[in-house]
Amino acid sequence: MTTIAQETAPLKRRKRRWEGLPYWLILPTVVYLGVFFVWPMIQGFGLALRDENGWGLTAFQTMVDDAAFGEAMSFTFLLILVIVPIQFVLAFGMALLLNARLRGGGIFLYIFLLPLAISDLAAGIAWSAIFTERGYLNTILEGVGAVDVPFIFLDPTSKTQLVMVVAVAEIWRSTTFMMVILFAGLQAIPRDYVEAAEVFGAGFFQRVRHVIFPMLKPSIQVALLLRLIFAFEVFAVVIALTGSGATVLAAEAYKWQATNENEHVAAAYSVVILGLSLAAAALVLVLLRTPRERRLR
Amino acid sequence: MSTDNDHEHDVSPWDEPFDRRSALIKAGGVGAILALGGLAGASRATAGPVQNAGDVTAFFGQFGGIAEQEGIRKFVFKGFRGNVDPVFAPISAPNLFVDRVRAEAKAGKGNIDVLVGLHGDFVTFQNEGLIRGVDDVAKQVKSLPAPLVKIGKLGTKTQFYVPHSQATYVMVANKDVLKYMPKGADINALTYGQVFAWAKAIRRGTGQNRFGLPASDTGLLHRFLQGFLIPSFTGGFVTGFRSKEAVAAWTYMRQLWEYTHPQSLTYAFMQDPLLSEEVLLGWDHVARLKTALDQRPDDLVAFPVPKGPKARSYMPVIVGLAIPKNAPNPAGGKALIRHMLTIGAQAQILSLTGFFPAAGGRLSKSISPGLLAEAAAVRKQQKAPDAVQALLPIGIGAEGGNFSKIYRDTFTRIVRNGENIQAVLKEQGDLLQEIFTKTGAPCWAPDPPSGKAPCRVK
Repeated sequence: MTTIAQETAPLKRRKRRWEGLPYWLILPTVVYLGVFFVWPMIQGFGLALRDENGWGLTAFQTMVDDAAFGEAMSFTFLLILVIVPIQFVLAFGMALLLNARLRGGGIFLYIFLLPLAISDLAAGIAWSAIFTERGYLNTILEGVGAVDVPFIFLDPTSKTQLVMVVAVAEIWRSTTFMMVILFAGLQAIPRDYVEAAEVFGAGFFQRVRHVIFPMLKPSIQVALLLRLIFAFEVFAVVIALTGSGATVLAAEAYKWQATNENEHVAAAYSVVILGLSLAAAALVLVLLRTPRERRLR
Repeated sequence: MSTDNDHEHDVSPWDEPFDRRSALIKAGGVGAILALGGLAGASRATAGPVQNAGDVTAFFGQFGGIAEQEGIRKFVFKGFRGNVDPVFAPISAPNLFVDRVRAEAKAGKGNIDVLVGLHGDFVTFQNEGLIRGVDDVAKQVKSLPAPLVKIGKLGTKTQFYVPHSQATYVMVANKDVLKYMPKGADINALTYGQVFAWAKAIRRGTGQNRFGLPASDTGLLHRFLQGFLIPSFTGGFVTGFRSKEAVAAWTYMRQLWEYTHPQSLTYAFMQDPLLSEEVLLGWDHVARLKTALDQRPDDLVAFPVPKGPKARSYMPVIVGLAIPKNAPNPAGGKALIRHMLTIGAQAQILSLTGFFPAAGGRLSKSISPGLLAEAAAVRKQQKAPDAVQALLPIGIGAEGGNFSKIYRDTFTRIVRNGENIQAVLKEQGDLLQEIFTKTGAPCWAPDPPSGKAPCRVK
């Protein structure tokens, strides 16, 4: 008896000592998030809901009345509608290609990863050197005799052209980002399932549709979620390619802060971007919900 | 020639009762002529410091381009006895210059010893009590023209900044399109009508719009509107904003835009499209044309800005040197100011940035042909009998950003979106009036003086 009691006492003590540990371990993260995310966010809301005269919605009023607001909003949404679906299809294809483990397939991974290593502004400037009237693309087109006169790709009078040009640059730049998440998800799918489907005579597209796709849903959810959030923040590529020919929400937030020196309206834009990101995130979470019993693990 | 200018030439600016704004116009002209008259190539040490000046931090609100920064770090502080730490406000966010000085004052701890900024920046600093007097330095440097020195007093008895260099905006054409210039036009005395006819003829001749303006967000299109187009048509910045003449100016702009390269909305520095020949006729700040003129002096020609129905209006840019109130090493700061006003340092600034020195001297033979051509165009522009200087806003402080936004928004709505000119001018005019009602700033040249009352949009 006594020996048992003596043995359990230190065990209990040890247990008590470890109970609080998880909280201590997440404390640095909580402090970090609190100081660098939560507090600035509260400050941002504070700035947006105030002006020189006190609390109110004047900053939002100024924002909505500004001619650029509607344009920024529509261009941002237009970009998302064009870019995200194309990117998703491409990223899924690229991830499948990598997952097929073809001989020398590793080289694709390195090629695909290259754009991720380049800053978005640098990418924007590189693409502007390609698309500008006397740029690389026109030089090649003229060289092969496809056009007689250089074509003006960066023509701000044509919204369609601007969307196309920005979409090409953005797709080049950030498709890999989605691919990495999808590729990781693919690797987590046990080969047995796919092989079993193959044994039962499922073709490639059937396997993708009925086996891979459902099991990949959580990864798709994460990929779309992050991509949409980043899409509302798109900035440098648009600025570098279109100048003042087109504008997006993040660019307007920057302009109101840096050029017009009005931090209240800039903060109002940030609040709008935050709201849209949250709404998009909620939409993705609901639409691509995977019931607990269907999850892997 | 406008009546204002007649008056200027009749009376010596030194003898008049002092008025900051009119002195600025007069001195700008006189000073620029003196300065452009030349610059000695050989470095001639002026009252240089004997002992070591210690660690000196210089904060640049101008010259923030990468090549400019690098050149300034390498060459401008050569021969200065002390350690200079140059810090540059980014070109894309020039407001950071004023913001940081304000922030340091609020924080109660200064890190900057010398400020390199525009006249307008110092007006703000002086209003907010952020800079100290530098009378002793200004007195030590003998080569500075008196009218420019007077501008640096900002209408007070104290010297708040020492004038350092100056610039303006000119037009540049590729020699290939000179043949499309309207018959009988003098390239050094063009009118806005002739520029339009020229741009149109270029399109007819080349099949493309080859006239260009720096209309991206970081371009200086708003300066073209504020200091060149509108005052040339209306004779002022603010008072005539909604006038019949302003409607004519915007109608003109809308028509000119038809013949303007659509990629203008992506141009920040016109030197790039001029070099790639996307643009064959353009307008910009001399510092943003310098690389093109330097690289292809034989293919490009620089010339004065055109004249409108009221005047040949242009905007001068004056850069000065000052010391913040809370500078940690003010003695070192003064030594650095003296160094930066030596002929050698100023010659370096000229060849690095295209800003012409304020101090007198002879133009060096070693200055590139491109810069010489630019200097010649600036001189012709300043000497033109009908030239009028449109100064940057004075006394509107933090509203400077909004002031420029109004002109850019007006441009977007009228020229790009094709909205009704009168309606837009009415709305934007109200916004413009708000700035003056709020800040109480009186009119400045070339608008007729409003005394102490806030400037009014008629």
